[in-house]
Amino acid sequence: MMSAFWSMGGYARYVWPCFGFAGAVLIWNLWSACGYLAAARMRAVRALAMGAGENV
Amino acid sequence: MWTWFYKLASPPYVFGVAAALTPWFAALAALAIGYGTVAGLVFAPPDYQQGDAFRIIYVHAPAAWLSLFAYTTMAVAGGIGLIWRIKMGHAVAAATAPIGASFTLLALVTGSLWGRPMWGTYWAWDPRLTSELILLFLYVGVMSLRPAFEDPARGDRAAALLSIVGVVNVPIIHYSVLWWNSLHQGATVAKIGKPAMPGSMLWPLLSMLLGFMLFYGAVLCIRVRGEVLNRERQATWVREAVKS
Repeated sequence: MMSAFWSMGGYARYVWPCFGFAGAVLIWNLWSACGYLAAARMRAVRALAMGAGENV
Repeated sequence: MWTWFYKLASPPYVFGVAAALTPWFAALAALAIGYGTVAGLVFAPPDYQQGDAFRIIYVHAPAAWLSLFAYTTMAVAGGIGLIWRIKMGHAVAAATAPIGASFTLLALVTGSLWGRPMWGTYWAWDPRLTSELILLFLYVGVMSLRPAFEDPARGDRAAALLSIVGVVNVPIIHYSVLWWNSLHQGATVAKIGKPAMPGSMLWPLLSMLLGFMLFYGAVLCIRVRGEVLNRERQATWVREAVKS
Protein backbone atom coordinates (compact mmCIF):
# COMPACT_ATOMS: atom_id res chain seq x y z
CA MET A 1 0.00 0.00 0.00
CA MET A 2 2.70 2.46 1.07
CA SER A 3 5.10 1.36 -1.67
CA ALA A 4 2.33 1.84 -4.26
CA PHE A 5 1.88 5.40 -2.95
CA TRP A 6 5.60 6.19 -3.11
CA SER A 7 5.98 4.66 -6.58
CA MET A 8 3.19 6.91 -7.95
CA GLY A 9 2.24 4.36 -10.59
CA GLY A 10 5.77 4.39 -12.00
CA TYR A 11 5.97 8.20 -12.18
CA ALA A 12 7.73 8.70 -8.84
CA ARG A 13 10.87 10.19 -10.40
CA TYR A 14 8.76 12.96 -11.95
CA VAL A 15 6.10 13.56 -9.27
CA TRP A 16 8.28 13.70 -6.15
CA PRO A 17 10.94 16.08 -7.54
CA CYS A 18 8.07 18.43 -8.53
CA PHE A 19 6.67 18.51 -5.02
CA GLY A 20 10.19 18.69 -3.55
CA PHE A 21 11.11 21.65 -5.75
CA ALA A 22 7.78 23.34 -4.93
CA GLY A 23 8.54 22.93 -1.21
CA ALA A 24 12.02 24.36 -1.76
CA VAL A 25 10.59 27.38 -3.62
CA LEU A 26 8.07 28.06 -0.84
CA ILE A 27 10.75 27.77 1.87
CA TRP A 28 13.21 29.92 -0.12
CA ASN A 29 10.56 32.63 -0.56
CA LEU A 30 9.82 32.75 3.17
CA TRP A 31 13.48 32.61 4.15
CA SER A 32 14.60 35.30 1.71
CA ALA A 33 11.67 37.61 2.54
CA CYS A 34 12.34 37.33 6.29
CA GLY A 35 16.07 37.89 5.66
CA TYR A 36 15.30 40.93 3.50
CA LEU A 37 13.07 42.43 6.22
CA ALA A 38 15.64 41.73 8.94
CA ALA A 39 18.41 43.38 6.88
CA ALA A 40 16.19 46.39 6.13
CA ARG A 41 15.32 46.70 9.82
CA MET A 42 19.02 46.59 10.75
CA ARG A 43 19.88 49.27 8.15
CA ALA A 44 17.05 51.46 9.49
CA VAL A 45 18.26 51.04 13.08
CA ARG A 46 21.81 51.93 11.98
CA ALA A 47 20.57 54.98 10.05
CA LEU A 48 18.55 56.15 13.05
CA ALA A 49 21.53 55.63 15.39
CA MET A 50 23.76 57.66 13.06
CA GLY A 51 21.10 60.38 12.86
CA ALA A 52 20.86 60.50 16.66
CA GLY A 53 24.66 60.75 16.88
CA GLU A 54 24.69 63.70 14.50
CA ASN A 55 22.02 65.47 16.56
CA VAL A 56 24.03 65.24 19.83
CA MET B 1 -14.34 57.57 -2.45
CA TRP B 2 -10.64 57.72 -3.20
CA THR B 3 -9.60 57.94 0.47
CA TRP B 4 -8.54 54.27 0.59
CA PHE B 5 -6.41 54.80 -2.51
CA TYR B 6 -4.63 57.82 -1.05
CA LYS B 7 -4.09 55.92 2.20
CA LEU B 8 -2.09 53.40 0.20
CA ALA B 9 0.34 56.20 -0.61
CA SER B 10 1.25 56.51 3.06
CA PRO B 11 4.33 54.38 3.97
CA PRO B 12 3.42 53.96 7.68
CA TYR B 13 -0.11 52.89 6.70
CA VAL B 14 1.18 50.36 4.16
CA PHE B 15 3.78 49.10 6.66
CA GLY B 16 1.10 48.61 9.35
CA VAL B 17 -1.42 46.93 7.04
CA ALA B 18 1.27 44.56 5.70
CA ALA B 19 2.34 43.64 9.24
CA ALA B 20 -1.27 42.97 10.29
CA LEU B 21 -2.10 40.86 7.23
CA THR B 22 1.01 38.66 7.21
CA PRO B 23 0.04 36.13 9.94
CA TRP B 24 -3.48 35.73 8.53
CA PHE B 25 -2.24 35.11 5.01
CA ALA B 26 0.46 32.72 6.28
CA ALA B 27 -1.89 30.67 8.48
CA LEU B 28 -4.58 30.36 5.79
CA ALA B 29 -1.94 29.51 3.16
CA ALA B 30 -0.57 26.71 5.37
CA LEU B 31 -4.09 25.27 5.78
CA ALA B 32 -4.96 25.48 2.08
CA ILE B 33 -1.62 24.13 0.84
CA GLY B 34 -1.65 21.38 3.51
CA TYR B 35 -5.14 20.22 2.51
CA GLY B 36 -4.39 20.53 -1.22
CA THR B 37 -1.17 18.53 -0.96
CA VAL B 38 -2.67 15.66 1.05
CA ALA B 39 -5.88 15.53 -0.98
CA GLY B 40 -3.99 15.82 -4.28
CA LEU B 41 -1.39 13.19 -3.49
CA VAL B 42 -3.46 10.72 -1.45
CA PHE B 43 -7.18 11.06 -2.08
CA ALA B 44 -7.51 12.23 -5.70
CA PRO B 45 -7.84 9.27 -8.09
CA PRO B 46 -5.22 8.78 -10.84
CA ASP B 47 -6.10 10.24 -14.23
CA TYR B 48 -7.38 7.68 -16.74
CA GLN B 49 -4.81 8.75 -19.34
CA GLN B 50 -1.92 10.32 -17.40
CA GLY B 51 -2.02 8.04 -14.36
CA ASP B 52 -0.37 9.45 -11.25
CA ALA B 53 1.79 11.85 -13.29
CA PHE B 54 -1.24 14.15 -13.48
CA ARG B 55 -0.65 14.99 -9.76
CA ILE B 56 2.11 17.33 -10.91
CA ILE B 57 -0.74 19.69 -11.87
CA TYR B 58 -1.25 20.43 -8.15
CA VAL B 59 1.99 22.40 -8.04
CA HIS B 60 2.42 23.26 -11.73
CA ALA B 61 -0.93 24.99 -12.40
CA PRO B 62 -0.93 27.16 -9.23
CA ALA B 63 2.70 28.17 -9.89
CA ALA B 64 1.93 29.07 -13.52
CA TRP B 65 -1.18 31.01 -12.52
CA LEU B 66 0.72 32.86 -9.82
CA SER B 67 3.53 33.72 -12.25
CA LEU B 68 0.99 35.62 -14.38
CA PHE B 69 -0.82 37.16 -11.42
CA ALA B 70 2.42 38.41 -9.83
CA TYR B 71 3.57 39.93 -13.13
CA THR B 72 0.25 41.72 -13.61
CA THR B 73 0.47 42.98 -10.01
CA MET B 74 4.01 44.21 -10.64
CA ALA B 75 2.96 46.06 -13.82
CA VAL B 76 -0.12 47.63 -12.18
CA ALA B 77 1.88 48.67 -9.09
CA GLY B 78 4.63 50.06 -11.32
CA GLY B 79 2.00 51.92 -13.36
CA ILE B 80 0.54 53.44 -10.19
CA GLY B 81 4.03 54.54 -9.16
CA LEU B 82 4.69 55.97 -12.60
CA ILE B 83 1.37 57.75 -13.22
CA TRP B 84 0.44 58.96 -9.73
CA ARG B 85 4.04 59.14 -8.48
CA ILE B 86 3.11 57.01 -5.49
CA LYS B 87 6.33 55.60 -4.04
CA MET B 88 4.51 52.66 -2.49
CA GLY B 89 3.57 51.49 -5.97
CA HIS B 90 7.25 51.08 -6.81
CA ALA B 91 7.83 49.39 -3.43
CA VAL B 92 5.13 46.79 -4.14
CA ALA B 93 6.47 46.28 -7.68
CA ALA B 94 10.01 45.75 -6.35
CA ALA B 95 8.74 43.36 -3.67
CA THR B 96 6.69 41.24 -6.05
CA ALA B 97 9.42 40.65 -8.70
CA PRO B 98 11.53 37.97 -6.93
CA ILE B 99 8.40 36.10 -5.79
CA GLY B 100 6.97 36.06 -9.30
CA ALA B 101 10.31 35.00 -10.80
CA SER B 102 10.63 32.07 -8.39
CA PHE B 103 7.11 30.83 -9.21
CA THR B 104 7.76 31.21 -12.94
CA LEU B 105 10.85 29.03 -12.51
CA LEU B 106 8.75 26.53 -10.53
CA ALA B 107 6.13 26.44 -13.31
CA LEU B 108 8.84 25.83 -15.94
CA VAL B 109 10.62 23.10 -13.94
CA THR B 110 7.44 21.24 -12.97
CA GLY B 111 6.08 21.59 -16.52
CA SER B 112 9.31 20.16 -17.84
CA LEU B 113 9.15 17.21 -15.41
CA TRP B 114 5.55 16.58 -16.47
CA GLY B 115 6.45 16.88 -20.17
CA ARG B 116 9.06 14.11 -20.09
CA PRO B 117 6.64 11.19 -19.43
CA MET B 118 3.71 12.79 -21.32
CA TRP B 119 5.37 14.32 -24.39
CA GLY B 120 8.61 12.33 -24.35
CA THR B 121 10.73 15.46 -23.89
CA TYR B 122 11.68 17.84 -21.09
CA TRP B 123 11.45 20.86 -23.36
CA ALA B 124 9.85 21.88 -26.64
CA TRP B 125 9.78 25.33 -28.26
CA ASP B 126 6.04 25.32 -27.82
CA PRO B 127 4.21 28.72 -27.71
CA ARG B 128 3.09 28.26 -24.07
CA LEU B 129 6.51 27.13 -22.86
CA THR B 130 8.41 29.75 -24.83
CA SER B 131 6.18 32.63 -23.71
CA GLU B 132 6.49 31.46 -20.07
CA LEU B 133 10.29 31.40 -20.47
CA ILE B 134 10.11 34.98 -21.83
CA LEU B 135 8.15 35.87 -18.68
CA LEU B 136 11.05 34.60 -16.57
CA PHE B 137 13.46 36.74 -18.62
CA LEU B 138 11.18 39.75 -18.12
CA TYR B 139 11.22 39.22 -14.35
CA VAL B 140 15.03 38.93 -14.39
CA GLY B 141 15.22 42.06 -16.57
CA VAL B 142 13.01 44.08 -14.21
CA MET B 143 14.99 42.91 -11.16
CA SER B 144 18.31 43.75 -12.85
CA LEU B 145 17.19 47.12 -14.21
CA ARG B 146 16.06 48.62 -10.89
CA PRO B 147 19.48 48.66 -9.16
CA ALA B 148 21.31 49.51 -12.41
CA PHE B 149 20.69 53.25 -11.86
CA GLU B 150 22.49 55.35 -9.28
CA ASP B 151 19.32 57.34 -8.69
CA PRO B 152 16.75 54.90 -7.16
CA ALA B 153 13.83 56.97 -8.52
CA ARG B 154 15.11 56.54 -12.09
CA GLY B 155 15.59 52.81 -11.45
CA ASP B 156 11.99 52.57 -10.24
CA ARG B 157 10.70 54.37 -13.33
CA ALA B 158 12.74 52.25 -15.74
CA ALA B 159 11.65 49.00 -14.06
CA ALA B 160 8.01 50.16 -14.10
CA LEU B 161 8.24 50.97 -17.83
CA LEU B 162 9.75 47.56 -18.64
CA SER B 163 7.13 45.72 -16.58
CA ILE B 164 4.31 47.68 -18.29
CA VAL B 165 5.72 46.93 -21.74
CA GLY B 166 6.21 43.28 -20.79
CA VAL B 167 2.63 42.85 -19.56
CA VAL B 168 1.65 42.25 -23.20
CA ASN B 169 3.19 38.79 -22.69
CA VAL B 170 0.55 37.85 -20.08
CA PRO B 171 -2.41 37.43 -22.49
CA ILE B 172 -0.03 35.84 -24.99
CA ILE B 173 0.83 33.15 -22.42
CA HIS B 174 -2.81 32.65 -21.48
CA TYR B 175 -4.18 32.42 -25.01
CA SER B 176 -1.14 30.79 -26.66
CA VAL B 177 -2.83 27.37 -26.54
CA LEU B 178 -5.78 28.79 -28.52
CA TRP B 179 -3.91 31.06 -30.93
CA TRP B 180 -1.27 28.55 -32.07
CA ASN B 181 -0.91 24.82 -32.44
CA SER B 182 0.38 23.83 -29.04
CA LEU B 183 1.48 20.64 -27.33
CA HIS B 184 0.20 22.14 -24.11
CA GLN B 185 -3.31 21.20 -23.08
CA GLY B 186 -6.04 23.85 -23.07
CA ALA B 187 -7.93 25.28 -20.10
CA THR B 188 -9.01 22.67 -17.57
CA VAL B 189 -10.39 24.67 -14.66
CA ALA B 190 -11.40 27.99 -16.24
CA LYS B 191 -13.52 26.41 -18.93
CA ILE B 192 -16.77 28.15 -19.79
CA GLY B 193 -19.58 25.85 -18.74
CA LYS B 194 -18.01 23.32 -16.45
CA PRO B 195 -14.43 22.35 -15.62
CA ALA B 196 -13.05 19.24 -17.33
CA MET B 197 -12.30 17.62 -13.96
CA PRO B 198 -14.33 15.74 -11.38
CA GLY B 199 -14.67 17.31 -7.93
CA SER B 200 -12.27 14.82 -6.30
CA MET B 201 -9.49 16.18 -8.54
CA LEU B 202 -10.73 19.77 -8.77
CA TRP B 203 -11.08 20.68 -5.07
CA PRO B 204 -7.44 19.93 -4.17
CA LEU B 205 -6.38 22.01 -7.19
CA LEU B 206 -8.56 24.96 -6.17
CA SER B 207 -7.22 24.65 -2.63
CA MET B 208 -3.64 24.74 -3.92
CA LEU B 209 -4.46 27.76 -6.12
CA LEU B 210 -5.90 29.57 -3.12
CA GLY B 211 -3.00 28.46 -0.91
CA PHE B 212 -0.38 29.71 -3.37
CA MET B 213 -2.21 33.05 -3.66
CA LEU B 214 -2.35 33.43 0.12
CA PHE B 215 1.30 32.43 0.40
CA TYR B 216 2.13 35.07 -2.20
CA GLY B 217 0.17 37.58 -0.11
CA ALA B 218 2.11 36.67 3.04
CA VAL B 219 5.54 36.84 1.39
CA LEU B 220 4.61 40.04 -0.45
CA CYS B 221 3.60 41.68 2.85
CA ILE B 222 6.95 40.73 4.42
CA ARG B 223 8.92 41.99 1.41
CA VAL B 224 6.87 45.21 1.18
CA ARG B 225 7.72 45.96 4.82
CA GLY B 226 11.41 45.52 3.96
CA GLU B 227 11.06 47.76 0.90
CA VAL B 228 9.27 50.47 2.91
CA LEU B 229 11.97 50.40 5.59
CA ASN B 230 14.71 50.60 2.96
CA ARG B 231 13.07 53.59 1.29
CA GLU B 232 11.96 55.45 4.43
CA ARG B 233 14.77 54.73 6.85
CA GLN B 234 15.31 58.44 7.54
CA ALA B 235 11.64 59.07 8.37
CA THR B 236 10.61 59.70 11.97
CA TRP B 237 7.85 57.08 12.02
CA VAL B 238 10.47 54.39 11.28
CA ARG B 239 11.90 54.88 14.79
CA GLU B 240 8.70 53.47 16.31
CA ALA B 241 8.31 50.83 13.62
CA VAL B 242 11.76 49.26 14.12
CA LYS B 243 11.29 49.15 17.89
CA SER B 244 8.28 46.82 17.60
